[in-house]
Amino acid sequence: MKIMLFGTRADREVREDTSLEGQSNFWGLHQDKTLQIKMKFNTALAALLLPIVILSCGKAEGRAKMIQNKGSDTLVNVAQAWSENYREVNPSVAIVVGGGGSGTGISAMINGTVDIANASRSMKESELAAARANGIDPIEWIVGYDALAVYVHADNPIESISLEQLASIYGEHGEATTWSELGIKIPGLNDDKIVRVSRQNNSGTYAYFRDTVLGKEGKYKLGTLDMHGSKDVVDLCEKTPGAIGYSGLAYATDHVRLVPVLDSNGKPVIPTVATAADRTYPIARPLFMYTAGQPEGDIKLYLDWILSEEGQRIILNKGYAPVIDIK
Amino acid sequence: MSKSIVSTEVAANARGSAWWIDQVARILVLLGGISAIVFVLAIFGFVAKEGLGYMLGDLDLVEFFTSPEWRPTAMEPNHGILALLVGTASVTGLAMLIAVPFSIGAAIFIGEFATGKTREILKVLVELLAAIPSVVWGFIGLSIMNPLIIEVFDVPVGLNVLNAGVILGLMAAPIMTTIAEDALKAVPDGYREAAEALGATRWQVIFKVVLPSAKKGLVAAVLLGVGRGFGETMAVLMATGHSVNLPTSPFDSVRAMTATIAAELGETAHGSDHYKVLFAIGITLFFITFVINMAADIFVRGGLKMSGKNS
Repeated sequence: MKIMLFGTRADREVREDTSLEGQSNFWGLHQDKTLQIKMKFNTALAALLLPIVILSCGKAEGRAKMIQNKGSDTLVNVAQAWSENYREVNPSVAIVVGGGGSGTGISAMINGTVDIANASRSMKESELAAARANGIDPIEWIVGYDALAVYVHADNPIESISLEQLASIYGEHGEATTWSELGIKIPGLNDDKIVRVSRQNNSGTYAYFRDTVLGKEGKYKLGTLDMHGSKDVVDLCEKTPGAIGYSGLAYATDHVRLVPVLDSNGKPVIPTVATAADRTYPIARPLFMYTAGQPEGDIKLYLDWILSEEGQRIILNKGYAPVIDIK
Repeated sequence: MSKSIVSTEVAANARGSAWWIDQVARILVLLGGISAIVFVLAIFGFVAKEGLGYMLGDLDLVEFFTSPEWRPTAMEPNHGILALLVGTASVTGLAMLIAVPFSIGAAIFIGEFATGKTREILKVLVELLAAIPSVVWGFIGLSIMNPLIIEVFDVPVGLNVLNAGVILGLMAAPIMTTIAEDALKAVPDGYREAAEALGATRWQVIFKVVLPSAKKGLVAAVLLGVGRGFGETMAVLMATGHSVNLPTSPFDSVRAMTATIAAELGETAHGSDHYKVLFAIGITLFFITFVINMAADIFVRGGLKMSGKNS
């Protein structure tokens, strides 16, 4: 009963329309789940949007296939670029890309509402179990590597930072609360409190940074400013002199500084595509795509294209390291 | 016996098109009338179904209400909402400090002093202020207030209690002004005339007669503003800094309960502890706003009864 107050009729229409167009696989995949699990507040929205989706299917005489792809905010720009370029490779397939964070993509995969989930962290055991309980067996594909850059305000003179210093800034038991404790004097700033910028707690970047810098059992110190997207972190660091934040390298702009991070030998490493690819940068991470079971048909062709030289050149242009060597 | 036959005949004769229209209209109006009850019960049932069992069962309520640690996705998650409660309360409290004088003042001016065109224009403008979408307010907080607060107060970050309090105060002021003005209007003119006849100045009339008589309506206006503050989401999400923190000054970043639900609910797996604990926050919010609205309602009714008795 619950929210079906808004949803039932439109959902039913969708089911009828799509089965007529022979797309029961795509919609059928999550139709029953829609009724059971999906969408509390989204239902009304979906009810509004789905007819539009149907209309656009209708235009292509029901032949256009759609692949639902969403998740990691780190990957969303690349996913968008892949989707746009793939239109030229295979115009009959439309890839619908959405962001929201790795947690969003993974829970959509568990709930059966996407075909490909993007993630900047691997799925947890508990999440895999939850997916299997819903009859979905997620398969992991590494589609690129990302350097997790440490951002500070352009006026911040810090030369490099170690993982220990990062842990002392961000960690639950870390003691650094002011820049002077790290021996840094930021010009024109009287209150030199470190403004810690972080991500919302279901972001893959949040989880990766925690696991790598604070340890798997580690916890963030309370009082971080939790931004809702990679770009927001960089924007805030740009505007706030005392800020420090972490975000994908691809979000770097000319108005912020990227702090080189010390590797295990104490050598500062600048985050670049090259140092991410050869893993010399200490906080570089793989980026994943998950499919529900072994991919078939259009989804397989799309993934193969992403991992081909053409697809990998696009991820390289977006500021991430490819998984294959590209001249 | 014969009586009932007659009445059936009358009824049968009356069943023309007008009778049917009357019946249909009655059913439609009835449906409209009870729809609010149905929706409220359905929403409450849904929220309770998702979260109440967990809240009363697995959730450690002592930790939930007394711990400031909110880390629902950590290896050993912390589900304390004290910081979120305090965050919401501090932002709403500051908003009321800002909004109450402004809105009561505006209501007194519109209701007691302004006449003719001035009054009409002011009323329209106040209502226009209420029509600005909350995301626009949030954007103002993010892009105008943030650098301004850093500049003026020389603090490290401008997304804080002060920022959100000002924004929320401006958002709550119009609705409070409108209701406060209604409360002032409900004071019978006889009171004013009597006070003036006794030689009271205009200010004495307002301060000693009108405001005390309208007290209950004014309290209701403030309580509705408080309810608005607790429930507001988008603007506080953008302006508070969204930081789990027990604030010690207006320049500390905080996080609101509503903003936490908005930011996290869409991205949790259905049925997980994180998902359920967010619903538990929803139930807490529901309870708080329910109590506030109830209090406002009781005040309003009390106020009406008073004026009814007197007039």
